[in-house]
Amino acid sequence: MLRCPPFTYHTPQTMSEAVRLLHQDDVRIVAGGTDLVPNLKRRHQQAKHLVSLHQIPELHTITETDSMVTIGALVTLAEIAAAPQMMRVVSMAARSIASSHIQNTGTLGGNLCLDTRCNYYNQSYQWRQSIDFCMKEQGDTCWVAPGSPRCWAVSSTDMAPALIALNATVTLVSQNNTETINLADMYRDDGMDYLTKQPSQIVTQVQIPKTQGQHSTYWKLRRRGSIDFPVLSIAAAASFDKNKHVTQARLVLGAVASYPILSTATSELIGHPLTPQTIEACINKAITNAKPMDNTDHTLGWRKQMTKHYIRGALNELETLATTVHP
Amino acid sequence: MTSFRVIGKHRPRIDGRARVTGQLLYADDISLPRMVYCKLLRSHLPHASIRNIDTTKASALDGVYLVLTGDDFPIKHGILPVSQDEYALCRDKTRFVGDPYAAVIAKTEEIAQNAVELIEAELEPLTTISNSTEALSVETPRIHTYGEEGNIHKRVAFDFGHVDQSLKDADHIFEDLFFYEGNTHLPLEQHASVATTDPDGKLAIWSSTQTPHYLHRALAKTLQLPATHIRVIATPNGGGFGGKSDPFNHEVIVAKAAMLLNRPVKITLTREEVFYCHRGRHPVLMRLKTGTDKQGLIVGQSLDTVLDGGAYGSYGVASTFYTGALQTVTYHIPRYQFRGCRTFTNKPPCGPKRGHGTPQPRFGLEIQLDKMAVSLGINPKTIRTNQLAKPHSVTANYLQLGTVGLGDCIDKVTEASDFETRWGNLPEGHGLGLACSSYLCGAGLPIYWNDMPHSGVQLKLDRLGGVTVFCGSTEIGQGSNDVLAACVSEILGIDPFDIRVITGDTDLTPVDLGSYSSRVTLMTGNAAIEAATRARDIIASVVSKQLGIPKNQLVFADRRVFSSEHPDKGISFQEAMVATETEHGTLGTTGSYRPPPAPGKYKGAGVGPSPTYSYSASVIEVRVNKDTGQLDVVKIWMAHDIGTCINRTLVFNQIEGSIYMGLGEALMEEQTFRRLPQKRSSALVHKIPSLLDYKSPTMMDMPPCDIFLVEYPDKQGPFGAKEVGQGPLLPIMPAIANAVYDAVGVRIDETPITPDKIFKAMNSSDKRVGPKDFPSINFDHVDFIPPPWEGGDGNAFVPPHPHQPRR
Amino acid sequence: MSKKYPLTMTVNDESVELSVTTHKTLLEVLREDMNLTGTKHGCELGECGVCTVLVNGKPVLSCLMLAPRAHNAEIKTIEGLAEGPILDQLQSAFCKYGAAQCGYCTPAMLLTAKALIERDTTPTVQHIQKELSGVLCRCTGYLSIINAVGSVCGLGDNCTDNLNA
Repeated sequence: MLRCPPFTYHTPQTMSEAVRLLHQDDVRIVAGGTDLVPNLKRRHQQAKHLVSLHQIPELHTITETDSMVTIGALVTLAEIAAAPQMMRVVSMAARSIASSHIQNTGTLGGNLCLDTRCNYYNQSYQWRQSIDFCMKEQGDTCWVAPGSPRCWAVSSTDMAPALIALNATVTLVSQNNTETINLADMYRDDGMDYLTKQPSQIVTQVQIPKTQGQHSTYWKLRRRGSIDFPVLSIAAAASFDKNKHVTQARLVLGAVASYPILSTATSELIGHPLTPQTIEACINKAITNAKPMDNTDHTLGWRKQMTKHYIRGALNELETLATTVHP
Repeated sequence: MTSFRVIGKHRPRIDGRARVTGQLLYADDISLPRMVYCKLLRSHLPHASIRNIDTTKASALDGVYLVLTGDDFPIKHGILPVSQDEYALCRDKTRFVGDPYAAVIAKTEEIAQNAVELIEAELEPLTTISNSTEALSVETPRIHTYGEEGNIHKRVAFDFGHVDQSLKDADHIFEDLFFYEGNTHLPLEQHASVATTDPDGKLAIWSSTQTPHYLHRALAKTLQLPATHIRVIATPNGGGFGGKSDPFNHEVIVAKAAMLLNRPVKITLTREEVFYCHRGRHPVLMRLKTGTDKQGLIVGQSLDTVLDGGAYGSYGVASTFYTGALQTVTYHIPRYQFRGCRTFTNKPPCGPKRGHGTPQPRFGLEIQLDKMAVSLGINPKTIRTNQLAKPHSVTANYLQLGTVGLGDCIDKVTEASDFETRWGNLPEGHGLGLACSSYLCGAGLPIYWNDMPHSGVQLKLDRLGGVTVFCGSTEIGQGSNDVLAACVSEILGIDPFDIRVITGDTDLTPVDLGSYSSRVTLMTGNAAIEAATRARDIIASVVSKQLGIPKNQLVFADRRVFSSEHPDKGISFQEAMVATETEHGTLGTTGSYRPPPAPGKYKGAGVGPSPTYSYSASVIEVRVNKDTGQLDVVKIWMAHDIGTCINRTLVFNQIEGSIYMGLGEALMEEQTFRRLPQKRSSALVHKIPSLLDYKSPTMMDMPPCDIFLVEYPDKQGPFGAKEVGQGPLLPIMPAIANAVYDAVGVRIDETPITPDKIFKAMNSSDKRVGPKDFPSINFDHVDFIPPPWEGGDGNAFVPPHPHQPRR
Repeated sequence: MSKKYPLTMTVNDESVELSVTTHKTLLEVLREDMNLTGTKHGCELGECGVCTVLVNGKPVLSCLMLAPRAHNAEIKTIEGLAEGPILDQLQSAFCKYGAAQCGYCTPAMLLTAKALIERDTTPTVQHIQKELSGVLCRCTGYLSIINAVGSVCGLGDNCTDNLNA
């Protein structure tokens, strides 16, 4: 049986206690554990100390005001999926993650901080020894792109694209500071150092602004109907005026780079109705940033093709929603 | 038709309750006092000489009791007598990433693992041979020093009649290359074993094995112990599918360790290690050339196969024969030529997975028939039904057929799916595909040569009415214990739940060869019937005398023995047992089964014969997204020629499971490997040794299925029954390929049939994805065997004209 | 070595007090400290679902749950599904439909289904399919499992006929 290496387990009751505990050597935060525990078992990550956040009450709530929905970092994916006030793209993303079993323990904060994935990396210690390890852990080569100076592990979070599409912000708390930043800014295009968040900072909550007249959707590509991580995901949100012209739009590409890509290509959509022409213009611009590599399921070339289809599908769906559904 | 009370009914299996209450003990659930744990050190290089192993640090770790290396295991094992090529721990070299070369036994599994990491070994890399193409071109280093030459393990070549002449004379020739990717069993239970010495100092091992008898023999050989001092208990397998049919390194190691330490030793493999045990589907490259007359009737066929065998022999020699053996049992092939070649490569060994060696050529044959039908303008149903194999005939390669229900199977699925009207006429993107298959109902020969029974059953009957069945068969989930209870209860007129079934324990049960080759229902069923019939005969004699009813008028039913003329005149089964034990003494009977001799006498005729063959046909409807190549399976129709159902519920369950596993192979499953750039590393690693990345279908991926049974009892089977565990898997892969063609007009001539391949084919000029080249292989020796209808008697002889090597 | 800590849980309606090392998962505690071997394991990485138990009524993967997280929780394992000698109706249905072949995924399937029908007594076949889809099975092709669960939810004998509906 695969087992975790030994560690000391801390259960702070308050945030201040939690952030204080992070000032130890080899310390890691654990929320649901669905990402961390496999990583510990495969010795990707070492931890002498685990700081569990689950006994901190304020991290478990979803609150709503006229302008904002706020989700605590320890709210489970199942709770997000079931929350009645939740925006469509967020529910869809939460419901699409792994399986209902994982959704019952996996948390928002955990999914936002999900370790980047690569099938040269998500392997046992012994397996990685066979390839002399890789850049992300112990080695010096990125086997996906052996000449590359950087690591190309893939951002595989579902919640981040969905929330970035809604212009969400995230609150980070450390011992001396509390700051709220755009969620998109928490990610960096680097498979190893994929978060701008400092290790001493804890994700406490995400704020989602409410936008009038907004429609949103989430398209996810994976091999099987359950369990799998995304190998491509498209989160899209747009607001429309009464003439069905796009007033505001955000498009996020997930799992095709080391970070969720907030596309600038939606500029092609603003001020126009969603037509095949504007959509194609948007697609052609959006895919230039998508860099699927040969380190996940499915072939590289096909995933590139699918990126276009999925953007088209998502935007077409927004168009349908705009004409048939009141937001 | 005889009316049965138990046989053929929908019925919950006798051992269902243990399965739904968590009370069934699998090997890893066994825990014994003073038990210690074993972990293995496995090669991180694909091919390497072992220069030195230093176990000092590992041995010194607190809690470590024993460290073993290849020096401790001087005797080889292997499942086939002709390929005894495995040491429990590698001695001079390792042959694939995952090949074990040292073992630690420690107080806890964690300590054992920590100690494994302290073993210091010097391994010197050797040239890596990563696939058949490399194996055929690299003479040295040889992965093994036995076999044919270089890295060719086995070559077989047969001409059943002058096929070249038939192909020359044919009106049409169809020649195709196909590739069937390797895939693995993926039982959810990871292999586990617990070995101990019993109070008498003898060895006992509980293991998740499908073949306790062969493990028994392997342990006796490798440990140099008398077999009488070894007890092998096959625990219920948490799925097998062929993956637990070889004697494994870890079984030999814990057995030895238990003897040395005189205490229980357990090993449970990790999921990754299960991928290294493998023995799954061989990747096979095929060239299939078929000649037909104007109506599409086959006049001759030649099949060439190249199997990528991995690093050891396993069942590979049999697998090689099987890629050619069963082509002839579905459709009449008057002349047939087969060339097979298995190579050694630096990967986990391939072996028998559900369908053993036959799904690969079946994939080729059924797709080629579809191509013929399209090309000749014949409905795919008609081209098949026009040339079905004849019941009770002997094939060109000397296989004796029994009943053939294939025509009915085809009728059922084509009618239910409205195939004849809808095929070729659905809107673009929607398609139907038809494919058929057949399979063994037990291999005609045992794995080691002998004339003894393949299956034995003992019955114990006592004065309280208790009946216990003892049989060496192995319950791997398929329901083999229920089959034994059903056969005995039908004959003795008691309820299946009244019967105790003790199986898979070499101390208690008579030999059965194991759960493989779909042999269990037919062979153990026949043995059980023989034992039960003998018991009934004895009981009937006693009751006949006591009640004054002629023996042939006695009925055994409803837990009674009574007169067929006056049903109220009779006694309870238990009273009958009291009477019998009083008169006869303690009662026990035996039954045994050995398959009938096969008509083929040529060397190599041993692979393929079976007491009878099952048949299946399937129609599959798919929907293909023309923009993306994504494929949805809309519905599956499956008909299976079962002969007779023993337990109707279990038969449906087996068919559903076969469909599922076929679907996995068709759509997503592949055992693939990564080769890093040579100058950077010699790695050849399993690309995806995990349950997340090796894709097996989830519940979301299963379509609705309509299942039909065709029941023509076959006289070879128990109550007429045939197999059902493997055959219905085989049509799925080609039926999907054919449906994809019907939907979007592209041919995917390889597995798995993935959306990227469909997309690629739709956007290519030849509208096909599949292999383009076939290697040239020398066959110095070809056996010429004239088919029965050309005066053959089943023997090979030197052809009257000098044989020309084909290439 | 990490030290031991006291762990209190209610397992199958009985309260238990254990002393376990902190880095164990709930799976290890159930199987190795409590000998409740009805909970199976197939990967220990959260990829197959066969280690599912109910924690406070919800199906979770015990291989991913660190044992201290289960402190004060109510756990149900397969050993606690039947009421004494009386099988749960789901267990009876699994027997009747042959939904347990090798039986290795069966505890996980049963517990997941139990949680589902406690929450929703009239699920659709699609709902059953989705909720159970986190558990892999290699024997059954899933159909008999879905049909067994469907049968206790009033969906008749063959609700899988409507899978693609």
